[in-house]
Amino acid sequence: MSDAAHARHEAVIGLEIHVQLRTRTKLFCGDTVAFGGAPNTRVCPVCLGLPGALPVVNALAVELAVRTALGLGCTVHETSRFARKHYFYPDLPKGYQITQHDEPIATGGSLDIRRPGERRIRIRRVHLEEDAGRSLHDRFDGCTAVDLNRAGVPLVEIVTEPDLRSPAEARAFLDRLKQTLQYLDVSDCDMEKGSLRVDANISIRASGGASSGARTELKNLNSFSSVERALEWETARQARAVGKGGVVEPETLLWDADRGEARSMRSKESGSDYRYFPEPDVPPVSLSADLIASIAAALPEMPAAKESRLRASYGLPAGDASVLSADRHLADWFEAVAQQTGDGKASSNWVLTHVLGWLNQRGLSINEIPFTPARLAELIGLVLDGTISVTAGRSVFREMAESGKNARDIVAARGLAQVRDDEQIEVWVDTVVARYPDEVMRYRAGAAQVFGFLMGRLMKESAGTADPRRASELLRRRLDE
Amino acid sequence: MPVSAADVAAAAALARLQLEPGAAAGLARELESILAHVETLAAAHVDGIPPTASAADVPAALRADVPAPEGLQVPLEAMAPAWRDGFFTVPRLAAHRGDRSHE
Amino acid sequence: MSDALHRRSIAGIAGDVASGVQQATAVVRAALSDIVRCESGPDRLNAVISYDHDAAVADAAAMDRRAAAGDSALPLAGVPVAIKDNICTLGLPLTCGSRILAGYEPPYEATAVQRLRAAGAVVVGKTNLDEFAMGSSTEHSAFGPTLNPMDRGRVPGGSSGGSAAAVAAGWVPAALGSDTGGSVRQPAAFCGVVGLKPTYGRVSRYGLVAYASSLDHVGVFGRTVADAAAVLDVIAGHDPLDATSVRAEQPALSGAIRHAASRGQLPLQGIVAGVPDEYFPDWVEDGVRAACSTALDTLRELGATIRPVSLPSTRYALPSYCVLATAEASSNLARFDGVRYGVRTRDAATVDVLWELSRSAGLGAEVRRRIILGTHVLSAGYHDRYYVQAQRVRARIRHELDDVLASGIDVLFTPTTPAPAFAPGTHAGDAWGSFQSDVFTVAANLAGLPALSQPVGRSGGLPVGGQLIASRWREDVLVRVAAALETGLAA
Ligand SMILES: [Mg+2]
Ligand SMILES: [Zn+2]
Repeated sequence: MSDAAHARHEAVIGLEIHVQLRTRTKLFCGDTVAFGGAPNTRVCPVCLGLPGALPVVNALAVELAVRTALGLGCTVHETSRFARKHYFYPDLPKGYQITQHDEPIATGGSLDIRRPGERRIRIRRVHLEEDAGRSLHDRFDGCTAVDLNRAGVPLVEIVTEPDLRSPAEARAFLDRLKQTLQYLDVSDCDMEKGSLRVDANISIRASGGASSGARTELKNLNSFSSVERALEWETARQARAVGKGGVVEPETLLWDADRGEARSMRSKESGSDYRYFPEPDVPPVSLSADLIASIAAALPEMPAAKESRLRASYGLPAGDASVLSADRHLADWFEAVAQQTGDGKASSNWVLTHVLGWLNQRGLSINEIPFTPARLAELIGLVLDGTISVTAGRSVFREMAESGKNARDIVAARGLAQVRDDEQIEVWVDTVVARYPDEVMRYRAGAAQVFGFLMGRLMKESAGTADPRRASELLRRRLDE
Repeated sequence: MPVSAADVAAAAALARLQLEPGAAAGLARELESILAHVETLAAAHVDGIPPTASAADVPAALRADVPAPEGLQVPLEAMAPAWRDGFFTVPRLAAHRGDRSHE
Repeated sequence: MSDALHRRSIAGIAGDVASGVQQATAVVRAALSDIVRCESGPDRLNAVISYDHDAAVADAAAMDRRAAAGDSALPLAGVPVAIKDNICTLGLPLTCGSRILAGYEPPYEATAVQRLRAAGAVVVGKTNLDEFAMGSSTEHSAFGPTLNPMDRGRVPGGSSGGSAAAVAAGWVPAALGSDTGGSVRQPAAFCGVVGLKPTYGRVSRYGLVAYASSLDHVGVFGRTVADAAAVLDVIAGHDPLDATSVRAEQPALSGAIRHAASRGQLPLQGIVAGVPDEYFPDWVEDGVRAACSTALDTLRELGATIRPVSLPSTRYALPSYCVLATAEASSNLARFDGVRYGVRTRDAATVDVLWELSRSAGLGAEVRRRIILGTHVLSAGYHDRYYVQAQRVRARIRHELDDVLASGIDVLFTPTTPAPAFAPGTHAGDAWGSFQSDVFTVAANLAGLPALSQPVGRSGGLPVGGQLIASRWREDVLVRVAAALETGLAA
């Protein structure tokens, strides 16, 4: 695509995100929800679509959907209703999906994104629905294998308004959304397990113009970077089509991440009339205003609010607050440390540099850390009060992380406590002055930079235990005699 | 409102029913005769009456999120028309491309 | 006399079996012997389409052991019952009168059946029906038509024609059916037995194969009002597996009947029966009209006040039902796709062809016609005109009935059907005609109200049914009036 085409067109993007809720059982039956396992072992008359079986709604799924909606600033409706969406597919047992149509659980929210620029993206609706099963097309030669363990797993579908204006914005929105959902603790949001799935629709229009062209729909987007790449590819394709004086046909495209291109699904046959009607087997879901209010009151602090509070309460720079608040558990961990040390910035430095560094090296998440915030706070305290040097602190940290011992014991065992006894320090001063007469002479002749070298020797002589401040005072006093 | 053979064919396709050759026209006439009675509904005074989907107007009783696996008294492979290694099997979709096309 | 054991009242059978005076095995053998003798002979009714003689006798023996062990919660001890074959039972096939379910045995049991067994009843067979309960004559079954035991030249009504015939033939004192537009009451009327459709939500639908979920009810056939009431007492009540089943208090109906009987010389003193003019149009058959007049006279003699009422939306009931029932049916029957159970066409290259061939070969003509109609009324461009309008009309019909029943009327009395049982083939080729005999019964389904049909006389030698409709959850009023009328008409 030429730069000119880029300049003349902007993308109009809306996203539909399916998120698996973290319930123990399915949306309409008592089968457990789990990833993997032997096929067709977590099934019952209801999710197999056996004749005569009836769905009954999982209360926790409703609560998590409400939590999701409130976290996205939506209006939760006191009455919502399930509906049937009809189509045939081998892994859709009843010939319809139970979803919500005219009366979703919530509408009209928004989510703010920071990058590339500060923007508010409107959420059109949030609704509950059941997942379908899995069709495995390559399990056996020449036929499709159907596993219904996933059939009936509860999902929320989150639909945005077409407010996103670039693939990068779409990506930033998804990052923010995932962070928000994790804060809300409604889903594990694991794209690899299919707990978070994204479809995108996109059209282009003259920059700033009002009229949009036809919309295409992108499916099979298996990662956030796939979403961004696919949208870039499709923006370019549409711009080229329009640039050549053509038109964009409405169609559904499947993204092929390996090839880096999308291809058209067979043009929709007569099969896309879903014939929605209210699900007669499930009466309307009724949520009292009190219940909605109590779920709202129990919502955790959202990422943006947490970020500004970390800055204000702990005096953190914006960068620190942003990284710490990216993960609710990391922020909680940090706060536990900072509250004990009473020094926000020092605690942040330790968490961001040492703790994250150590976890990253091992590919661990903050939830898997083998020591408590109190242990780290103890170590930071030893450094802050001068019991050990910063250098010693780093080494104690490594041992603490590996062995699980506490910092004080490590310091004692390794004799790392700083020596502040003048008599002992004078011994090391003597040794250094005696061993490096040339350097002492150069210093006394005016080469002030040699002090650093001599100080370094002294610290080495003390095996890092000399209190650097006192050692520096005594060394300088001797040299200046 | 007339019902055409094309209407019948469209409905049959949605319902995944095969029509015998030439059957659509006859079915269209039958449907039209039934719908002629249905058209009288347009004369009913229903202003301000919301459509009701059910005879019951109690809200849904919800189920606690507690595993309650219902044992099947007949094994799945006994009821499945085709079964292999724990899977139901079917021929491929006509539109098969190796990927899923759920809406 | 041992072969009459199963022809006694439920209270009689259960009382004797529970107290050990009689053996459940003997009662069940007597019922099975009737069924086997008739159904395997040249004059078969084709009412019972599957049974397992030995399993039923074994169930009865288990029942006898429970009674001997002193189990006192056995209101149906040793009572043989038949189950319409669109209700799941363990150990017997489920056909729904269709080829598409050939070879299918449900891996679970309907709540209503579980409750029957828990109360001591023994399932002796599954009964014939119009395929997937779509029809009013039990002619549209893959297993052939059922005949009316009152007159083998007539249909038994439908769709629960097999259950009605089994009770009318005297094989079982009670049977379960399903009633979506009249499918219990209309065959009850045609066969001269009692058919009771409870309030929507009173009896769990779990395990009843759906035809039109918002209209479907599990209903009961009995030889008498008391027998039907005794069975409803057992199967009623909230079921956590059916979200539309309701936690409503239900006083024991048997109590309501005793209450009626124990009153003074006027058991229906204080009862007001409404007679809607719209249910007595000039095309109601004369014999039906006459039998209903007699019934109304009897009600009056029993102390009831008869008051004319008006239900002007009555004429919209059948068209509204026709749209909603077929729309829901088109959805409910989508699951019969040959993927997980049921029959499948072997030679399909793609699953798309498999769906079409399996469904077209497995489903009968009437079912296919209703699915296509239901799909059409839901499809883009027609949805609002047909489906949504029918929902609004349904709401209006319901409000109208609720209003009348809240205006000092305890029950409505109407004919169950405009005419007695018709001859086979009467509605062949008449698409609308197949809905026509439900014209007086569908309103109670649209409104979810409890309704009952009972024999009120004869016309040309055929039974005539009278219908009572009561307020929501007032099955007690329904059976009290019906029991009194039953006694009054017998006198
Ligand atoms: Mg969806
Ligand atoms: Zn299940």
